[in-house]
Amino acid sequence: MHWLVNRSVERFVRDTYGRETWVEVARLLDPDIDAFDAMQGFDASVTHHLMAVVAKILERPARAIEEDIGTYLVTHPHNAPVRRLLRFGGDSFEDFLHSLEDLPDRAHLALPGLDLPRLEVIACRGSVFTLAVTPTGPDSVCFGSAFMGLLRAMADDYGALVTLEHKGQDGARELIEVELLAQDHGEARAFALGAGAGQ
Amino acid sequence: MSAIFDTLCPMHARLGAHGHIVHAGPTLQRIHPEGDLRGRRFLELFEMRRPVTGQSMEALRAAAGLPLRLRLRQPPGLALKGVLVALGPDSAVGPEGGALVNLSFAIALPDAVRAFDLTRADFAATDLAVEMLYLIEAKTMTMEALHKANLRLQGGKTEAEAKAFTDTLTGLGNRRLLDRVTSRMIAGERDFALMSLDLDFFKAVNDSLGHAAGDHVLRAAAQAMLEETRSDDTVLRFGGDEFMLILAGMTRRAEVDEFARRLIARLEVPIVYEGETCRISASIGAVLSRDSDAPDIDAMMAKADAALYAAKQSGRGRHVLYDPKTPPVMQAKATQRRADTSPAGPPP
Repeated sequence: MHWLVNRSVERFVRDTYGRETWVEVARLLDPDIDAFDAMQGFDASVTHHLMAVVAKILERPARAIEEDIGTYLVTHPHNAPVRRLLRFGGDSFEDFLHSLEDLPDRAHLALPGLDLPRLEVIACRGSVFTLAVTPTGPDSVCFGSAFMGLLRAMADDYGALVTLEHKGQDGARELIEVELLAQDHGEARAFALGAGAGQ
Repeated sequence: MSAIFDTLCPMHARLGAHGHIVHAGPTLQRIHPEGDLRGRRFLELFEMRRPVTGQSMEALRAAAGLPLRLRLRQPPGLALKGVLVALGPDSAVGPEGGALVNLSFAIALPDAVRAFDLTRADFAATDLAVEMLYLIEAKTMTMEALHKANLRLQGGKTEAEAKAFTDTLTGLGNRRLLDRVTSRMIAGERDFALMSLDLDFFKAVNDSLGHAAGDHVLRAAAQAMLEETRSDDTVLRFGGDEFMLILAGMTRRAEVDEFARRLIARLEVPIVYEGETCRISASIGAVLSRDSDAPDIDAMMAKADAALYAAKQSGRGRHVLYDPKTPPVMQAKATQRRADTSPAGPPP
């Protein structure tokens, strides 16, 4: 697992709960140095441990935190580039949903060390889609709940009205059911191809 | 016919036999928003940079199949790449003597997308333009994340380096800093005095009033030494009650005597800790770099320690300046005591 994943968890805790909360987390993670360096972790076990400690400090279930991280990645101003990269997936929420299958490969192009879970729309009945999130290896982090938060935030971004349901696990993979009630329910946030950062 | 080309290559233009645009693809039309491109001469809108050709249609047709480099004549003067097919007598595409040109933004893609507010629909579904934009943004994001990570690591490194040269109790430099400072001075042929200083009666304070009082006395002594020295002097703690001072530019024996006397008097000022009065003094052994033809820091330290030993032999609160004419007996024990190069730890 890439250090950027651990770094995102750190940023989430700091941006949402404040620096002091992160200091508490870091202290539990590495009492000797009082500071956990997200770059030290290339191993999925570091991410598992980090998530367990964050859940303990925040006194919330890990799944709920994962979901908040998914939302945070799309909505927080610090992550504007992430939201833009996701919007490259398509012009409508439905296009975006189907583009998720390409996401791990795209992410891998940008960051060769970043192995996202495999994403597949495995069923599509009318306006009901089932997304399967499958970890790449037995020790990888699946983050199925994070995709719940991410999908909900992206639906808002596209101005679509959706309901989401975590359908539990099927073997290693997690299933998320997405019902698309309306493509243009609300106003979509602006997205122009050429408005990217660093230019 | 036009509909097929508009879908497959929305940046194409068909030219008539005189070089006028007969039809322009929808995206090419978008980059000239001020008017219909039909009827305009191609070379009046686009400047041909490579290959160098004349302004005639004949010259343009001669560039068929070659990689073309063009520039949009109107602002922002974007560079474009293109390829041209010369149309023959029985072409289904256009008139004999005409041409079909397809253009691409190539490396200017991000500028073009911004300048003309292009969307996904302006590119053919097979065009890699959107993937290229995606990669550019992903690369920018990654570079920023790495840059920030790099800055954090750099900050950590600087902090670690500062720690490596610092005695944590007093904030003075440690043994490692001595080597760094003196090797620079020796290399720069700058003279200095080296003073080896032990606090007297410190052990008594530590034993009777405890470590906390001892630490307080060490900090107070360190502060006193910093106040008595100049900004280009260096005060170091070697651990326990042992200190070393590097006094830049000091070459006169009388100057060393006066300074040592003043420093000892200052350290003899009683230090109050939680209502208890702590009285210490100091013994000093000093050596001048000027007294050696080629100063060597290990040899100088041995001489300073021998002088310190001689000072202690004669009582407490004394100082001895090493005299090359009448050197004190070099004490193996004194030399060895200072040989420990480990960083300064807490007092014993």
